[in-house]
Amino acid sequence: MIIHVTDQAGESHELEGLDGWRVMEVIRDWGLNIKAECGGALSCATCHVYVDKDWLDVVGAPSDEEEDMLDSVGDVRANSRLSCQILMSDALDGLKLTLAPSAAKD
Amino acid sequence: MTTEITTDVVVIGAGPCGLFAAFELGLLDIKCHFIDILDRPGGQCAELYPEKPIYDIPGFPVVTGQQLTDNLMAQIAPFAPEFHFNRMVNSIDKQDDGSFRLATDADEIFHTKVVVIAAGGGSFQPKRPPVDGIEEFENKSVFYSVRKMDDFRGQDVVIVGGGDSALDWTLNLQPIVRSLTLVHRRAVFKAAPASVNKMQELVGEGKINFLTGQIAKLDGENGQINHVHLTTDAGDLSVPATRLLPFFGLTMKLGPVADWGLELNDNTIVVDTEKFETSVPGIFAIGDINSYPGKLKLILSGFHEAALMAQAAKAIVSPGERVVFQYTTSSTKLQKKLGVA
Repeated sequence: MIIHVTDQAGESHELEGLDGWRVMEVIRDWGLNIKAECGGALSCATCHVYVDKDWLDVVGAPSDEEEDMLDSVGDVRANSRLSCQILMSDALDGLKLTLAPSAAKD
Repeated sequence: MTTEITTDVVVIGAGPCGLFAAFELGLLDIKCHFIDILDRPGGQCAELYPEKPIYDIPGFPVVTGQQLTDNLMAQIAPFAPEFHFNRMVNSIDKQDDGSFRLATDADEIFHTKVVVIAAGGGSFQPKRPPVDGIEEFENKSVFYSVRKMDDFRGQDVVIVGGGDSALDWTLNLQPIVRSLTLVHRRAVFKAAPASVNKMQELVGEGKINFLTGQIAKLDGENGQINHVHLTTDAGDLSVPATRLLPFFGLTMKLGPVADWGLELNDNTIVVDTEKFETSVPGIFAIGDINSYPGKLKLILSGFHEAALMAQAAKAIVSPGERVVFQYTTSSTKLQKKLGVA
């Protein structure tokens, strides 16, 4: 299954993901500019992405705990999610998202 | 006044791998000093996920970051390492005799034979909001902590965030400022409910403003802000401000490590896999901060690295001394060091 990721520089990438992987892990594995410093423990917000509006319903809304973590970045939008909290599945084949500035490595 | 400390080993970073290094060094009669930017031991385990369960520590089916830290502290207690918290190592200079001179931002100089960098992802630093040009205002009118309350007296202050730091400073600074605006992206707060209630009372009394929104832009000159532009649900707003305090928590930055003349690879320090020594003999790197072929960023890997590093450190600290490899289960000598025999 494929996801389409636009990086902070506006470049788009087609990444192959595996069922059950966290979207963060797919992006990190392909070497894109994602800090993901807590490694998926929902303890930072450095894997922050914007979900394409066509995919919002499929991906769903963040949990309360995820909303709390999103408080720690200054570039939240209505379509913000932490990519470590989105699991790859057939339903997400073709998912489109954009890396938030706050997800960038230093 | 500068404090001078002479020791065998300085460990930079008191996370799990650094803490365990004190154990392995201690068994070899090597005393160490820790320097850490946080105010307590544990590193990422304490700062990022104290309550999160960890499932891959050998012998512990499940342990939280805080429990692991507490256990490691108990394990190394017999060796009485010394901790220097709330400071950062600014420089490491190799001396003619092969030893090192470390300077911290707390006006200390350490003279040490060996340096162990166990700094994880680098040092924890305040998160900078993604606002263009914010750097030029930092430490002049934009601050990430309150060092002197007097800097805020009579000022128009904007505080951003919804956690305890944002709320606590809203309540503490309100009596002395000229105006105070709290900005948070939503009307839900992570901070302690009592603080939130007090803040809402102040808003009700007209003593402070609360706006839901995010910072979009800063106006000002020569490091002095005069307006903070906000994006809010009700449209864009501009708030007159002479001080800005963003509280978005901490993030890890490599920091001064990059300036120590060590060979780096993608923000990690290159080491060998026999001694976990860096490109500078006598400086070792263990845990998440190092890299070598096959490296896995696991706590258990850092423990292994600490054990091998300690053997190599021993050869530097006590040159020529023959080290007999011993087990804690059978060696009375080791058990005496641990205070159990």
